[in-house]
Formats: sequence, structure tokens, C-alpha cells
Amino acid sequence: MTASHLAPAEATEGLLDLFRRMLEIRFFEDEVMRLFTQNLVRGSTHLYQGQEAVAVGVCSVLRGGDTMTCTYRGHGAVLAMGAPLDRTMAEILGKAQGLCRGKGGSMHLTDVTVGALGSFAIVGGHLPFATGTALASQYLETDSVSVCFFGDGTTNIGAFHEALNLAAVWKLPVVFVCENNLYGEYSPLTSTTALERLADRAASYSMPSRQIDGNEVLGVREAAAEAVDRARRGGGPTLIEALTYRQKGHSRSDPGAYRAPGELERWMERDPLLLFGRSLIDDHGVAATETERMRAVAETVVREATERALAWDEPALEERFEDIFV
Amino acid sequence: MSELTYREAVTRALAEELEHDELVMLLGEDIGAAGGVFQATAGLFDRFGERRVRDTPIAEQAIVGCALGAAVAGLRPVAEVMFADFAGVCYDQLANQLAKYRYMSGGQAAVPVTVRMANGGGVGFAAQHSQSVENWFLNVPGLKICVPGTPADAYGLLKSAIRDDNPVLFFEHKQLYPTRGPVPNEEHLVELGRAQIVRVGSDVTVVATQLMLARAIEAAEQLAGEGVEIELVDPRTLVPLDLGTILSSVEKTGKLVCVQESPPAGSWGATIVAAVVESIWDSLDGRPRLVSGDETPIPYAATLEAAWMPSTDRILEALRQAATE
Repeated sequence: MTASHLAPAEATEGLLDLFRRMLEIRFFEDEVMRLFTQNLVRGSTHLYQGQEAVAVGVCSVLRGGDTMTCTYRGHGAVLAMGAPLDRTMAEILGKAQGLCRGKGGSMHLTDVTVGALGSFAIVGGHLPFATGTALASQYLETDSVSVCFFGDGTTNIGAFHEALNLAAVWKLPVVFVCENNLYGEYSPLTSTTALERLADRAASYSMPSRQIDGNEVLGVREAAAEAVDRARRGGGPTLIEALTYRQKGHSRSDPGAYRAPGELERWMERDPLLLFGRSLIDDHGVAATETERMRAVAETVVREATERALAWDEPALEERFEDIFV
Repeated sequence: MSELTYREAVTRALAEELEHDELVMLLGEDIGAAGGVFQATAGLFDRFGERRVRDTPIAEQAIVGCALGAAVAGLRPVAEVMFADFAGVCYDQLANQLAKYRYMSGGQAAVPVTVRMANGGGVGFAAQHSQSVENWFLNVPGLKICVPGTPADAYGLLKSAIRDDNPVLFFEHKQLYPTRGPVPNEEHLVELGRAQIVRVGSDVTVVATQLMLARAIEAAEQLAGEGVEIELVDPRTLVPLDLGTILSSVEKTGKLVCVQESPPAGSWGATIVAAVVESIWDSLDGRPRLVSGDETPIPYAATLEAAWMPSTDRILEALRQAATE
């Protein structure tokens, strides 16, 4: 579904919906960072600020029955599928009402009811899984599509190769979305990867691919729509490389000191929310007061969801013995 | 009852489950037209077609991960990982993904995956194609583990494994494939987590699986001629483990010997010894014993490999010591 198929009012409504989702994810991640500094979140977390256009653009073209898998930097993608803000935050806080009853946490957010089948914390571990959900779709002839998000670092691990080859040879309905944010943990991509254009990896699997601007949500949506449509029609998998930027460090312990001077500032000028907010006003006739209002609403919605989550219960101790086997 | 080979029993279970449930499908290397390197899927490709019996690339991570994703999305896949040693190639998928998916998601989905693998040494395949690797998974909660030692159990346990809504690692023993035994003609399921008392005796309890079960039976028969009565317990599944049956037997005999085709460290035999010592120490009339492979990789040369494997003679020696202690 693209905006051009809709009447103007509906089209604008759709665009504002994308903007709202992006704003909520941004405020959500800011809130997670704040809770971290207060030691209310355990372990590590991997924030998504700067990459919102990728998850929101891609997930906006999915429909009921489609499935999504992502990495431990997955808060944004899970929210983009429609997971509730409060229960998602509750999971990150380790609460009983969290999406995973407090057993998964930040790196394993899962909401099967919205098709968010998992956030996986072993690099590349979920790419084979994504082929499996696609196999089920093909086997059951449901026309559903499997979308799989991962980072640039994943393209160097074996499971990436195994999964892309399997998807290609079986013509599975998978859209592989590589979020190239220029860093694998603390190492710049150029120090770990001989290939400059990661989309070119698709050629090894005779798979169509595209390299796109991952900070421009409508461009992401257009590329995703093409790939999802191909997958749905039985045309097999696609590899999309979305060029984007991780505005925060790899995880809570990383201040990002390895960045070249001026790099962050240059990317902040291309912040996906900044770009889309400006485009809504300049290209789509949305009033500046409206984007500001939406910003304020999203901030409030996220804050209220966080307050609800903070007030919820710790899991009962005996629950740790549940959910191992059916 | 019919006499079937262990291999035929596996094939029959797969065929019946493919027939029984449209959601069951098989995937693995060379399992289709070739019928599997151990011929355990022979004829299934012709009967059920390539949609349901799928050849995969040589890519064990993809095989196991694909089975997991397909299961969460509604299928009931049976993956084959050929030689069990190849579990090392896809250990992440088995131990980190398959075993933990349900738990980490707070029970949001069932994971009905069966992974078949061929265990076992003694046939000259050297260190990377001969291991019995069930112990690699004992420390990974979330996986059920089947170790059938007879054609009837291979048949009945495999059917139960496929119908189970949890991940099950199903270890077949490559030396047992050609062995024969009675299998019920009518459909028959063996419940996971129920040991079988293969032989009733009062002097020493022996716990053994797979090829070691066959050797322990030989040893027990020989000792019966010497007036020593062995009670032989086959746990059949290591997770869940029917510890109750083992403890009851040891309470009766006062003696325990575990026989296993693996090095002793971190093994199921060591786990059972620990459990017996911890829970029924006062019932023991002698020290528990482990008969195991050596703490070395499995060597190639026939003489060396035979020395590595617990032989019937080594089992006999341990049983005589236990009986006379």
C-alpha cells in the first residue's frame, strides 16, 4: 500500500501515523535511557534513536499474519509492529505484565499477537528462524511475508549466508532488511568488512537487492512495499540495505568515543524525525503546529505508559519455573 | 508384533506421522530422493513428495533455525542433522534458540520441533563422526532428549517426540540401525519420561542406553549363569529423566552401575550417580560405578576404537566388582 493509492485526506492520515510511530519510538528510547541512568533497567540495552525510519517504514506495509524478527536493538521494530508501549516498557523493566512476563527483557522483546515473533541476541541467530516462518507461509499457502531486521555486522556471520541461500533456493517469502548503521559494536564497518556496498551480497544468492536511504521513511516504505509485494506473489526473497546511523553508542557502557569528529553532528542533520517532520510541512501541507502538537502528545503517551509500567508488579518467584515446556 | 530393524522402525514412525498430521514435514540433507545417508527416510520422498520431505543445503544452522521458525508459525517440523557430531555446527540454534524460545518469550508459543541425529561409534568414522553427544545438551534446560535402544522404542518414542509440543532431540544409534526387534503392528506411542525395566534382578542395578544397552544385556545374561541377577534399566529419555524408577531399583539392589558411550565428565551417568548418592545414600551397599569411554577423542584405528568403547568384557568386570563388593 502506498500513499498514492489513497485519497488525499487518507494519505495524509497515513503519513501522520508514520510520524506518530516514529515519535513514540524516539521518546520511548529516550525514556529507556533515562531509566537506565536511574538503574531501573538491568543488564544492557541497545537503543534505536536515529534508525526509526527503517522499522516504521518497513512495518507500515505489513498486514495481519505477516511476521517480523529483529535483533537485540529491537525496541523500535517491536513497537513498529504495534506492541503496546506500556507492556513493552514493562518487559524492559522486568515486570510480570511485560510482553514476556519479565523473562526476556530488553534484548528479547516478543509479541506474537502482533506478529513480532522475537528479538534475538545472538548476532545472525534469527535469520534461519525467519526462513522458517516463511517456509510455513509457503507450506500453508497463507501469502504471509516474513520480515527480518539485522545489522551490518550480521553480514559477516555464517548464519546470514546459510539463511539467505536457503531463502533463495526455496524462493521463500522473506524480506531481509540490513540496517547499516556503520558500526558493528565498537568497530567501524570498513575495518571488518571487505565489501563496501552490503546489498551486493545478494548477488551471491541470485537475490534482488536495493540500497536505500534508511533515514527517509517514505523511501523506506516504497522499497519495502516492492519487496513485500514480490515475496507475497511468490517471487522470493529480497535483501534491502538501509543506510542509517546509530545516534547512541552500541550499548549502555559505550559512549561512542571512536566516532570521527563531526560524524555525529552530520548525521544529526539527517535525523529521520527532523527530515520527515520538515517534509510533512513542506511537501504535504501539514501545519507546523500540528507536528508540534503530535510531538507533545507522543511524549505524554510514552511518559504515561512508562508510569503504568513502573507501577506494575515484579514477577512472582515461582514463575521462573514456568514456560520451559508446554 | 513384527520383526523390524531399528532403521525400519524409524521410517515407519516418520511415515505414520506424515500420514497422521498434514503439519508434519521433514527437512535435512539428502533425506529426499537419496533416502538419507542412513536410509532412515527411504521411500518417504516418493510417497509424500518434495513439499513434505525436503532436501536442504549442507547448512545445519539453517536447518534447525528454519525448523524453529516454522514450528512457531504453525508447522510440526522434523529436522535431520545426519551425524550427531554436526550438532556442534548448529549448537547456537539448538542451545540458544530452540531451547530458549518458549521461555524467553514468556510462553507465547509452542515449539514442536523434533531434531533427529545419528549417534555412536564403533564403525571406524573417527573423532568427528562417532560421538554420542546427548551429554552436550544435559545442561541446557528446554530440550527433551530421547535415546532409544530398541526398534520398538525408536518407533514409539519418535512418534511421541513428533507429537510433543516441545523441542525434542532424538538420537538414533548408527550401529543399531540394522538390528532387529519386535515392534507392535498396531500404532503404539511410548511416553517420554518413562524408563523401562528391561530385566528384573536383585543384585545390581545397571542403567544403560542405546548400544550400551545391548552390551549390558549380554553381560547380564552371562552373569545370570554365574548366579548374579542384574536389574537392567533403560531410561529411554534423559530429559525428562525417570529418576523414580532408577531410585526404586537401586533401593532394592543397593548397587548402581551406569554404562555409557561417552567420556565420563559432565555425562548423564555422572548425573544419575550424583542423584543416587544425594537422595538414597543410605540404601547403597557399595560405591556406584561408571563404565564410560575414555577422556579422549574417539580414535580411528580398529584396535584403538574398540579399546575406547565400553566392551561387554569391561561391563562384566564392573558388574562383578559391584556384585562382590
